Amino acid sequence: MNKTINNRAWFLVIPVVALVAFNALIPLMTVVNYSVQETFGNNEFFWSGVTWFEQVLRDDRFHGALGRQLFFTGTILLIEVPLGIAIALTMPKKGPWVSVCLVLMALPLLIPWNVVGAMWNIMALPDIGLLGHTLNELGIDYNYTRQPVSAWVTLIAMDVWHWTSLVVLLSYAGLVSIPEAYFQAAKIDGAKSWAVFRYIQLPKMKRVLTIAILLRFMDSFMIYTEPSVLTGGGPGNSTTLLSIDLVKTALGQFDLGPAAATSLVYFLIVLLVSWVFYTLMMRNEES
Amino acid sequence: MRIAKWLVPTLYIVFLMLPIYWLLSMSFKSTNEILGGFTLWPREFTLANYAEIFTDSVWYNGYVNSIAYVTLNTVISVLAALPAAYAFSRYRFLGDKHLFFWLLTNRMAPPAVFALPFLQLYSAVGLFDTHVAVALAHTLFNIPLAVWILEGFMSSVPKELDETAYVDGYPFWKFFIKIFLPTIAAGIGVACFFCFMFSWVELLLAKTLTAVAAKPIAATMTKTASSSGYELGLLAAAGSLTLVPGAIVIYFVRNYIARGFALGRV
Repeated sequence: MNKTINNRAWFLVIPVVALVAFNALIPLMTVVNYSVQETFGNNEFFWSGVTWFEQVLRDDRFHGALGRQLFFTGTILLIEVPLGIAIALTMPKKGPWVSVCLVLMALPLLIPWNVVGAMWNIMALPDIGLLGHTLNELGIDYNYTRQPVSAWVTLIAMDVWHWTSLVVLLSYAGLVSIPEAYFQAAKIDGAKSWAVFRYIQLPKMKRVLTIAILLRFMDSFMIYTEPSVLTGGGPGNSTTLLSIDLVKTALGQFDLGPAAATSLVYFLIVLLVSWVFYTLMMRNEES
Repeated sequence: MRIAKWLVPTLYIVFLMLPIYWLLSMSFKSTNEILGGFTLWPREFTLANYAEIFTDSVWYNGYVNSIAYVTLNTVISVLAALPAAYAFSRYRFLGDKHLFFWLLTNRMAPPAVFALPFLQLYSAVGLFDTHVAVALAHTLFNIPLAVWILEGFMSSVPKELDETAYVDGYPFWKFFIKIFLPTIAAGIGVACFFCFMFSWVELLLAKTLTAVAAKPIAATMTKTASSSGYELGLLAAAGSLTLVPGAIVIYFVRNYIARGFALGRV
């Protein structure tokens, strides 16, 4: 759509800018403030420059948390995106079952995150949970509070359970927007189903898939509540992701300087990756 | 191939329902039965867990508090986002693209980063432990989302509509409220749904900003889980009840949900 140039449109944006600025700029500046100062309590602060940043960037604990975070985000993207596309492709296009499928699939998205964690916690209890009990009956040694591997499997299963539907719904929205004529043309040309997918469905889903990947990346990188309820970062440090590590430093130990520096580095990483996705998305939209 | 058509979605839905079934089944079991061993369905069916939630004010106030700040947040976010989304969809203005991206960056900000500064900010302005504090804090990620969704829906309305109304002599606000808003009613519904959803499921900020008077149900649950030796049945019942508002809301927007998830961009 060609838009009119009109700087008075700023008046329409003022409420949003005011609200978000109050919520974003003040806390962000607080974080910046802490990240360059040293304190010995009593509300006395001293300028410390970039010491905290140097410390954080060299810190093994931060590297560990970042590594686990990248592994987590990578794994769930690799599982959820293909799985979501596959499910969207096999979903009915019309009829009464569409609503049933959509409502049931959207249900996990509306469960408070701590309930999701509690749910999987109860489900995975090795002795009395449905999943844990069944696995142990089958002779698989499974205990997510003691074995890092079990904890990771549970964590990833939980996220796949929680968020694959988002990819399904987005892909589905892209799929149903393809005009029927495309498929008829493909049929006349004798196209195989793989070719239909590769040259008709996938290109049409490109835009929504970018949104899906962007949202999944951002949200999985920020994930806190679910793993903290499920495993609390344990056993040991094995499932301590970035947010959990940060909350432990900031609210647990009240180490304001390192926590603030970690926060900023963390935020910058999310921003950078999201910016790349966003630019790609906008380019798609313009072409 | 035919079989795969219904087998894949069915298996997926079964997978989705299993933890939900387990939660519901746990909520109808007595503590003795839960700790006694593995049972696939409740042998001694009991409503005691639910009875406790509905009679203890700490519990049911949790639900009231959550619903209060979620509703407040949805209203604030959508009302503020409507004019802004209109500006982004219709006009080009100084710094519009940068502003749009800046708004989105707040959707990307990890709540863990903001938890402590938020606590200090809202304590400083005297809003700590109020519904307003949580509602305002949640606008941080809900306003960008609402603007994004509404902008998508508004952009699909042809500009001729605005021009015709202008030619017919409608003042801007009258046109906006009487003609434009009804046209994008579906989009507003979807935006409300998303604001409701993300405010309803968020816990970290809601928990940090409240103590007693405005404590959300999710926080009541975590405190109970840690303080009273893990009463799993009670926890499961409280969890099951948190599914109800979501299920109701989802039922109302079921026809728009796919489009809404695509942020109005399909």
